[in-house]
Amino acid sequence: MKPLRLVPRDTAVPFVKHRLLAFAFSAALVLGSIAAVLGIGLNFGIDFKGGTLIEVRTSEPANIGQMRSDLNGLDLGEISLQEFGSERDVLIRIQRQEGEEAEQIKAIEVVRNTLPADVEFRRTEFVGPTVGQELIEAGILAVGLALLSILIYIWFRFEWQFGVGAIVALSHDIISTLGLFAIIQHEFNLATVAAVLTIAGYSINDTVVVYDRVRENLRRYKTMPLAELFNISVNDTLSRTTMTSLTTLLALFAIYFFGGAVLADFALAMIWGIVVGTYSSIFIAVPLLLYTGLRRGDDDTGDESMLPEYERTVKNGS
Amino acid sequence: MMQFDTWKTILVAFVCLAGVAYAAPNLMQKGIGDDLPMGVPGKQISLGLDLQGGSYLLLEVEADVVVQERLEAIVDGARRALREARIGYVGLGVEGDAAGFTLREPADLERAREIAAELDSDATVSVEGDRVALTMGEEAIRQIKINAVQQSIEIVRRRVDETGTREPLIQRQGIDRILIQLPGIDDPQRIKELIGQTAKLTFHLVAVGADAGRPPPGARTLPMLEGGDIVIERRVMVSGENLVDAQPSFDQNSQPVVTIRFDSAGGQRFGRATSENVGKPFAIVLDGQVISAPVIREPILGGSAQISGRFSVQEAQDLALLLRAGALPAPLTVLEERSVGPGLGADSIAAGEIAAVIGLVLVVGFMVLCYGLFGIFANIALFVNIILILGALSALQATLTLPGIAGIVLTIGMAVDANVLIFERVRDELAAGRSPINALDAGYSRALTTIIDSNLTTLFAAVFLFALGSGPVKGFAVTLGIGILTSMFTAIMVTRLFVALWARRRRPTSLPI
Repeated sequence: MKPLRLVPRDTAVPFVKHRLLAFAFSAALVLGSIAAVLGIGLNFGIDFKGGTLIEVRTSEPANIGQMRSDLNGLDLGEISLQEFGSERDVLIRIQRQEGEEAEQIKAIEVVRNTLPADVEFRRTEFVGPTVGQELIEAGILAVGLALLSILIYIWFRFEWQFGVGAIVALSHDIISTLGLFAIIQHEFNLATVAAVLTIAGYSINDTVVVYDRVRENLRRYKTMPLAELFNISVNDTLSRTTMTSLTTLLALFAIYFFGGAVLADFALAMIWGIVVGTYSSIFIAVPLLLYTGLRRGDDDTGDESMLPEYERTVKNGS
Repeated sequence: MMQFDTWKTILVAFVCLAGVAYAAPNLMQKGIGDDLPMGVPGKQISLGLDLQGGSYLLLEVEADVVVQERLEAIVDGARRALREARIGYVGLGVEGDAAGFTLREPADLERAREIAAELDSDATVSVEGDRVALTMGEEAIRQIKINAVQQSIEIVRRRVDETGTREPLIQRQGIDRILIQLPGIDDPQRIKELIGQTAKLTFHLVAVGADAGRPPPGARTLPMLEGGDIVIERRVMVSGENLVDAQPSFDQNSQPVVTIRFDSAGGQRFGRATSENVGKPFAIVLDGQVISAPVIREPILGGSAQISGRFSVQEAQDLALLLRAGALPAPLTVLEERSVGPGLGADSIAAGEIAAVIGLVLVVGFMVLCYGLFGIFANIALFVNIILILGALSALQATLTLPGIAGIVLTIGMAVDANVLIFERVRDELAAGRSPINALDAGYSRALTTIIDSNLTTLFAAVFLFALGSGPVKGFAVTLGIGILTSMFTAIMVTRLFVALWARRRRPTSLPI
């Protein structure tokens, strides 16, 4: 059996040539995302907002209307009900109650006692306002520190220009993921933050692989114009980029469709992140290097005789 | 020639065997190997509460209350001492984290300062004009809080143990928080009720005839359980600290009551107080509320007493339990609660397994399709990788959560990345005109730096998730982090071993890649 090649050997897509188009698209994506996050806002889950969430399963297909009117008669403020995964599963969200934590706990008990006895309580989550605030801070800190450490690592391993390119691409991926969640209004919770951080890891992983090839080609083709060199680097790694993205997407689609309702949103964020992360490595991270004043020799070890034979300079176009 | 040192072969074999040894118990019946010490193969992966069902409660000890009580005790002490020493004062009270009073006669300053210095060894005495203040320093407050939390944990543990919960985990978090994990409990309502009361029991004499609106000094007004207010003397006759036992029982009218027994000191004090006050009412105070205020008909000398208060049977049982376990030094507040029923936990495991199997089949098929024989090598490494992850989780006794399962499935997708990098590199080298063996060698050595760079950056994200994430998210970080390390190992070592063995035996003239 002959192995399948997703990307033919002699592929030479002019990615870098069309960079302005990609920049325009990405700028629109990022600005749109920022507008969506600021304008519509993220639909924060109880992890961040505080409040109560109860997941119940009924023995018959749930009569959500009946449950809603029962619960709304309780004078607990806004209570939202939503089918969750199947028609017997209902997610009940109770808004934060006036007063201290004790009031919130009381509300859970009232709701539990109001629903019919044959209802199975599958999950109860309560997050008080204190913890919610702390979780927000920890989330922001985690994302911030992860970005910073990645930046420092790339700076250390490459040149600062690569670090800048990587962080721009990374921010692009994170902001557009936030934008997606603002637009589709799916719940933004702790699992989503985990997804965002994983996207950051994946996106940077992808970018580093392409940068690695750029660095290698910088040493190899001493006289090739940078734009052409970048394009060759992207095409060189295109096969790997698509292969890895596809295998990861296969696994994520398995989680999305079969992993249960709790993980579905997590998988959705990741799927988006992989797609946009792959795109940004190719269309943003590499072409951006053209504008960072990257010079040949910045990253040169200098003495070619130290390199293995295959690392030494090859004449342009070989 | 593909070099693969003997020591590397041994290392690979050893690691794989260790992985199998640690992972294998998970296939056996649940609960096997629970008693084995840490680090010995045989332990199973411990499931998070979201998978096995159970409750997670985060409590805050309102330790400020303890500090306030301490300051109020200083005030009480100061009142008595100043009165005894016949020193005139005004404005005695608590302000912020200081207790203080102002002298009527500045001449009393030296004596007042001496008295103040003896009131509480942790407080710092300061004088400003003719005002004497006792301030609790930051260190003293911290110590008071730490003690209060320590004590609370002890009491909470006793109360939870009384309910018969199996394997509760109760530990301190931060300075003033307590984390409780209750496996198998999906409605922690009863536990919350039990820990929601401080259960501070005191007996006081009732200040008969006092005005509830303006209680005289040394007395205070408290609400009654059956409604209305009552004025009691602040001085405690005897308190719950002197209890040795409390049991639910019934009185002569078949009403549920709690029978308590005092220790010898408590019994004596109670006996003396009741002897001296026959015919007067006394108040039984629980958590700032007067449960009942019976009249003392005769001295109670036996060291035991009954608390009646229109309890239900359950209430009497709970009160007895609380009194036996002891009073909390300060009220506890539930900051966070996450409970998962056993049904959802089992469903989550099942869904996670299905997702993992389907993800695995897809990835494995895809790899064979794209890389042929080398895809099979990568797939063997993938299976080794999964075994190593499960083995590492068992060995480290890390908790597997639902997001953790997602982490494993994600790792299945990402784990092949290192192999993809290598195989693509080998293809490049072949295309550049290298011989098959040369291409393999060059492919592996050149892909290595890329693999390390790219995986390390993902590892950073996992480390920060672990450090700053909470609960289930931590579980995700653990599997992701372990997955990155094991996938680097399997790609660099395991597939390479297979490829080297294959190349040595076949001496290929072309690569099926």
